[in-house]
Amino acid sequence: MATVSSTPIRPELVCPAGTPAALKSAVDAGADCVYVGFRDETNARNFPGLNFNRKELAEGIAYAHERGAKVLVAINTFPRAGRADLWHQAVADAAGLKADAAILADIGLIEHAHRTHPDLRLHLSVQAAASNPDAIRFYAERYGIKRVVLPRVLTVQEIAAVSARVQPVETEVFVFGGLCVMAEGRCALSSYATGQSPNVNGVCSPASDVRYTETAAGITSELGGFTINKFGPNEPAGYPTLCKGRFIAADKASYLFEEPTSLNTLAILPDLIKAGVTAFKIEGRQRGRAYVAAVVQAFRQGVDAAMAGLPLPDIDLDRITEGGKQTTGAYEKAWR
Amino acid sequence: MTNPKLTLGPVLFNWKPERLRDFYFRVADEADVDTVHVGEVVCSKRSPFFDPIIPEVVERLTAAGKEVVLSSLALIMTDRELETARGLAEGGGVMVEANDISVAALMAGRPFVAGPLLNIYNEGTLAALAAMGAVRACLPAELAADAVATLAARSGVEIEVQAFGRLPLAISARCYAARARNLTKDGCQYVCADDPDGMEVETLDEVPFLAVNGTQTMSFHTMDLLGDLGGLAARGVGRFRLWPHTFDMVAVAALFRSVLAGRTAVAEGESRLAVLCPGAEFANGYIHGKSGHLFVEADD
Repeated sequence: MATVSSTPIRPELVCPAGTPAALKSAVDAGADCVYVGFRDETNARNFPGLNFNRKELAEGIAYAHERGAKVLVAINTFPRAGRADLWHQAVADAAGLKADAAILADIGLIEHAHRTHPDLRLHLSVQAAASNPDAIRFYAERYGIKRVVLPRVLTVQEIAAVSARVQPVETEVFVFGGLCVMAEGRCALSSYATGQSPNVNGVCSPASDVRYTETAAGITSELGGFTINKFGPNEPAGYPTLCKGRFIAADKASYLFEEPTSLNTLAILPDLIKAGVTAFKIEGRQRGRAYVAAVVQAFRQGVDAAMAGLPLPDIDLDRITEGGKQTTGAYEKAWR
Repeated sequence: MTNPKLTLGPVLFNWKPERLRDFYFRVADEADVDTVHVGEVVCSKRSPFFDPIIPEVVERLTAAGKEVVLSSLALIMTDRELETARGLAEGGGVMVEANDISVAALMAGRPFVAGPLLNIYNEGTLAALAAMGAVRACLPAELAADAVATLAARSGVEIEVQAFGRLPLAISARCYAARARNLTKDGCQYVCADDPDGMEVETLDEVPFLAVNGTQTMSFHTMDLLGDLGGLAARGVGRFRLWPHTFDMVAVAALFRSVLAGRTAVAEGESRLAVLCPGAEFANGYIHGKSGHLFVEADD
C-alpha cells in the first residue's frame, strides 16, 4: 500500500462551463478552476449551442483571473488524419490567450503542443486512458505533462497508489456527474450505432440520432435506429445514452452496462483527499448554469468541510442527477 | 504495390486451453496467413490458463514459418498486470504488440507493433509511435478509408486494417459477462467461457446489436472487408487482420487470400463467406465513413 503524506493537499475544484454564463456561475460558486472548450470538434462536448469562441474565452479568462480562478481548455478529441491544423490552432489560441492549461488526449497533439508551446501547461485528458503509473510517466517524461485526469476505472486504493507513484505529476479524479462505464477514449459504441463518436466527433450518443416513439404502451427511445430503452406510460423517458440502455443478454432484459445514474462522491471526499489527489473534477459542460452553481456550491462546502475535519454537508443532488440515481462507480470496488 | 499480407489477430475470447492449442496448431499447419498473434488482450484473470501453453504454440507457429507477435493486455490497471507487461516487453526475441500505451512506452527504442486498441487517428500520433519504434500499426476500427489512406501514405510504418470478425468496440474495468449473470468480476466463475464468440446482446425489440466478451464490448455484426481489400491495398494498406472466431478460420483466411490475389471475385467471395459464417451478419460501415453496423455493397 502506498504511503500518503500526513498533511493532505487541498484539492482544486475543477468545474465545467459550456457557456460564458456557466463560467461566471462556476467562479462565483467557488470553483478553483473552470474547464471549457472551443466551439468545434476539438473538444469532447461538441454540442450545438455550447462552448466558447476566442473572444468569449478571452473574456472568460479575464473574469476568472480577476477572481483568482484558473481556466483550463479541453482540446481532447483525436485530430482527424490530414486535418490536424484545426487542433493545432486550438492549442495555439489556448496558449495565446494565456489559458492556465490545455487538457489534451492525443499523443500527436501532445507532442506538437510540447514542442511548439513549451510554456503552455499540459494536462492529460481522461480520454487518453492512462490507467497505470507507467502510462502516466510516459506522458510526463516525454512530453512534460503536469497533471493526469485518471480514468473512472480505478478504486480509491488504486488512485492512492498511482498518485503516490507518479509524483510530481498531479492526479485529478472525477467526483460528480455523467459516468462513462467504459474506459474513456477507448469506446466506439456510439459510432457503431450512429457514425459519430467521442474520439472523432466529440459527441457520444448524439441528439441528431435520437428518436422517441410514443405508443399506448409507452415511449421507446432509439439511437441510430436501435432501441435503447422503453418506458411505461407514467415513467419518465430518459435520454438514450447507449451504455445506459436496457438490452437483452443471457435471456433477460436488464441495464447490462449501467443504469441511468450519475457519479456522486460527496460522501467519500475525505477518502479521495487522503488518496493524495490534487484536483477534483465535476463533469457536465453540457449542463446549464443552475446545475453548475448547485454542484459547485455543494462540492465547495464538501471539500472545505473535509479539509477542516468537519462533518460532510448532507446535500441532496438527486434533482440534478441522471435518472435521479447516484453511484460511487468504480471507486468503492462495486465493479469488482 | 506489393501483395498485402494477412494477420491472424489474437483470440480475444476465453477459449479453453486445449481448444486454443488445437486452434493454433491447426493454424500453424494449415492457415495461409503471414503473421499470427498470441496472448491475452481482454482480461488478465484468464492468463493463468493459457500462459503455460504459449511457448509450445509460439514454437509450433515459428517452425511453420509464421511471424509470431505477442499481444499485450488492452487495459492495464494492477501491479500484476504491469509486471506481466514488463515481462512481455523484456521479450525473448518475439515481436510485441502494444495495446496499452504503457506497453509502447516499455518497448521504446525497440521495434514493436502498435495495436488496434491504441488510439492512432492521425499522422502526428503515428509519427510519435514510429519514433519510439513502431514498425507496424493496426488502426482503430472507427477509421474511414480516407483517414487510412492518409496514414498509409506515411512511409516507414506498415499499416494494417481490421478486415474480418467481430470488432472490439470498448473495454471496461467492469465485467458484463459476470454482471449479466448477477456475478461480480472477482467471483466471475469464468462465465465468459460459455460464449466462445461473445455473448450476443439484443435490443428490447430483439434486434441483434452488440456482443459481450467479458470486460470487452464488441459488435454483433461480423466485419467483412472483402469488397474493400483491393481499394485499400491500392491506397497503401500493407496487411489485413482477421479476428479469430469459432468459424473455420483456415477457410476464412484462404478466402481472403484468394480475393486479395484476384483469384476469387468479390461477389463470389461474399457468398462463400456467408456459407463459412452461418448466422453471421456482415458490416463494413466504418471504412465507408458510416455507422459501424452498416454494410455498403461493393461497386462491382
